[in-house]
Amino acid sequence: MPAQDDMREAMLAAVPNLRAFAVSLCGDMDRANDLVQETLLRAWAHQDSFEPGTNMSAWLFTILRNHFRTEYRKRRREVEDADGGYAERLTSPEAQTGHVEFGELREALLHLPPDQREALILVGASGFSYEEAARICECAVGTIKSRVNRARKKLAELLTIELEHEAEVEHELLIRRAV
Amino acid sequence: MPQTEKLEESPTGRLSRDIQRKIGQQLRAMYTDVVNEGVPDRFADLLRRLDDKNK
Repeated sequence: MPAQDDMREAMLAAVPNLRAFAVSLCGDMDRANDLVQETLLRAWAHQDSFEPGTNMSAWLFTILRNHFRTEYRKRRREVEDADGGYAERLTSPEAQTGHVEFGELREALLHLPPDQREALILVGASGFSYEEAARICECAVGTIKSRVNRARKKLAELLTIELEHEAEVEHELLIRRAV
Repeated sequence: MPQTEKLEESPTGRLSRDIQRKIGQQLRAMYTDVVNEGVPDRFADLLRRLDDKNK
């Protein structure tokens, strides 16, 4: 198969973005790596379903996203009880990923409904257009837009206190330096 | 007129725009951090094994 080396190269090139997407979805680097591995295995086994000339990255994102959702539903059933949501069950994201810097943001992301989380990441971080994100999530463009908007609002609510505090500290420092 | 513009810009509007911008920047920075880690060996190895199997 002459195209096979190209396939491997293209899949390899997509790995960094797939990992970033996966860890933004699940908040856990180990689990993110497993999601990426499963994605690559599935993609490799279903190479025939990739249409040459279309966006390979979008195709792989679709596979990862679908796998994550199946897993998420399974895990949710396993861990959810009457008064506990999913996010509360996770230990702190910085402990899991080693990325202390974005701890609050990661934590806040996990409090968004998965629909909104994936839409926001695809459009706001992965750099997909609303149209591409809609294709990956198998929904209408308008649905993606409203999910992104709701996600932004919710994140702002969750992070405002933190960011306001940050702004105050910056302000204080400026004043102190000026004195 | 510049004055009308100023009237339209409520403090809460400005605040929420600032916050949205900060969140957007943080989101991209967080994402880029992981992208910059490149391809861990396990994935290069995995694809090499799959490739070899097919040949």
